[in-house]
Amino acid sequence: MSVAGTLETLTFGQAVKAAIAEEMRRDERVVLLGEDVAHHGGMFQVTKGLIDEFGDERVLDTPISESGFIGMALGAALTGLRPVVELMFFDFSLVAMDQLFNQLAKTTAMSGGLPVPLVIRTQGGGYKGAAAQHSQMLEALFLHMPGLKVVAPSSPADAHGLLLSAIRDDNPVFFIEHKQLYAASGPVALGAEQPIGKAHVAREGSDVTIASYSYTLQQALQAADLLAADGVEAEVVDIRTLNPLDLDAVGASLCKTHHLVIAHEAHARCGFGADLAAQVQEKYFDELDAPVLRLCAADVPVPFAKNLEDAVLPSPDKIKSRVLECLGK
Amino acid sequence: MPPAKKPRSQLTRDDLLGLYRQIVLMMRFEERLLAESQAGNLRGSLHLAKGQEALPAGAGKALRPDDYLTMTYRGHGYALAKGVDLGRMAAEILGRRDGLCGGQGGKMHLFDPAHGLLGANGIVAGGIPTAVGAAWSSQHQGLGRVALTVFGDGAVNQGVAMESFNMAAVWKLPVIFLCENNLYAEMTPLGRSTAETDLAHRFAGFGMTTATFDGNDVLEVYDQVALAAAACRAGKGPVFLQAMTYRTCGHYQLDPGLGYRTKEEVAEWEAKSPAHRYAGWLTKEKHTDKAGLAKLESEALAAVDQAFSFALASPEPPVDKMLAGVFV
Ligand SMILES: Cc1ncc(C[n+]2csc(CCOP(=O)(O)OP(=O)(O)O)c2C)c(N)n1
Ligand SMILES: [Mg+2]
Repeated sequence: MSVAGTLETLTFGQAVKAAIAEEMRRDERVVLLGEDVAHHGGMFQVTKGLIDEFGDERVLDTPISESGFIGMALGAALTGLRPVVELMFFDFSLVAMDQLFNQLAKTTAMSGGLPVPLVIRTQGGGYKGAAAQHSQMLEALFLHMPGLKVVAPSSPADAHGLLLSAIRDDNPVFFIEHKQLYAASGPVALGAEQPIGKAHVAREGSDVTIASYSYTLQQALQAADLLAADGVEAEVVDIRTLNPLDLDAVGASLCKTHHLVIAHEAHARCGFGADLAAQVQEKYFDELDAPVLRLCAADVPVPFAKNLEDAVLPSPDKIKSRVLECLGK
Repeated sequence: MPPAKKPRSQLTRDDLLGLYRQIVLMMRFEERLLAESQAGNLRGSLHLAKGQEALPAGAGKALRPDDYLTMTYRGHGYALAKGVDLGRMAAEILGRRDGLCGGQGGKMHLFDPAHGLLGANGIVAGGIPTAVGAAWSSQHQGLGRVALTVFGDGAVNQGVAMESFNMAAVWKLPVIFLCENNLYAEMTPLGRSTAETDLAHRFAGFGMTTATFDGNDVLEVYDQVALAAAACRAGKGPVFLQAMTYRTCGHYQLDPGLGYRTKEEVAEWEAKSPAHRYAGWLTKEKHTDKAGLAKLESEALAAVDQAFSFALASPEPPVDKMLAGVFV
């Protein structure tokens, strides 16, 4: 058993699990539910063993009824529990849209302030040949809908710290993991919360700002290495929490670099990048020496064949090219 | 009144041997998929239907070529039995230019409208309303076609499935709901997700005809689907078929299929393998002998080899067409 306060090297998946276990130990109102999360330990094995420690009253295997169990989590959250839901794939959120958007996201506002303390964890993203219905990054839908906090960590430490905060939050939090990140490992300060609503400078630089999150953030760091070899110093800002958005962190970086490229894996149209670009030009127009550019997935469903998928999704090379374009090089 | 003759009584010797060939074709095709996956030629997860081969073989035989079909990620056998070209299907699953969907869909998204296939699906229950819609369209246009939608025992707990069942029943649509009850949804046994595990009870409650039968007996599958199709064509409305079966492989290629199931349980069902049982029946009834079966098996293997040679020779799909956009 991991002990709070120690520093350990954990994979992203282990860091998520450690946060859930910590909160379940600390607060008996925290319950876990989702498909195959209990006996099997989750499709990505993130919740493996939690049923042994906490029992099947707190760790529940559900039927394949996403709209039902997400709606149930709302009911439980309104009546004394703090549910943590695992949604096996981001893509499956789409079968539960009414419960997510008409019910869960609106309850606090409609009721004049009822707390809705629940977390929905999911994993999304491509690069695995899982094709159109198992590769999506759908965060833009969740950002469009007021009422949900949206978190998308890129490292084990952030996954751990932000999930602790998410479970302690009295608002519904949609927590996005990326399938390509689960095996990545890094130092994790057990029990150390990371605040929701704060971005983080993942790499300092003076020539251009790359704003990103989730798996694409790791690609942005690789792109920054490639750029450094060409003499360009990129500052990489990890947005981490997409709602609330830490616009000032992007602004502070922009005041140094005066160039901004936004990189994410979701589609370009009406995506996070479109929104961030709009907010940046509204508030920081005078700081910009060049148009804000985006590097996103092409606006087609994620195709199956490897060469097609590669053509659609971001890569470090594509981010690098976009940065050079932004700098007029 | 003498008991009505079963549809199987109409099958010729060639038909009977064809059913065996179809079962074996599916087995060889899926074994080859697994081999290609293990060799790194096939991306992503692969959901095989080992032990469930009687269902596609029997159902495919009982449907007309122009009948409609929607299915799941585990549906390779249905596509084959519906007459989809083996080579183009293999090419799609390998992500090649000459694939059914030009390599854009992949193995969870096989489409072939020329053979009535309106989509495999990666979303549990996602294709059920599509089949109901095709059945409605057939009824509306007087096409006389039925739609068959195949799904697992886990799919009946999706909201959209239940909305679809009710609409089909209230409008008496010509759709067959074929549920492959293999007792597990991924790693969850049916009894842990569903209180009434005899699913036919629920469907009777929707006001439709139901039947529960041995899904590992290809002739029984043929009979049941043929009767259901006849009822649909006669305007009697939808039929729910609960086929009892078992996948003797894992949920997908990386799942050993144990842990949540005992070795004994798997072995018990392996002994009930459709190919094995049907081969025994064919020889016992003297429709063929060992040599006759071996000939069908080598024909199936040759067809699979040829399909994969075609698929592997097919180039990568062109990028430009895909990037040009999603509209026709
Ligand atoms: C809406 C949705 N939820 C969850 C999944 C993940 N998933 C894929 S297959 C499966 C189990 C389906 O079981 P069942 O319907 O019995 O079919 P079987 O796999 O046994 O053939 C699950 C949960 C999914 N693909 N779609
Ligand atoms: Mg099943």
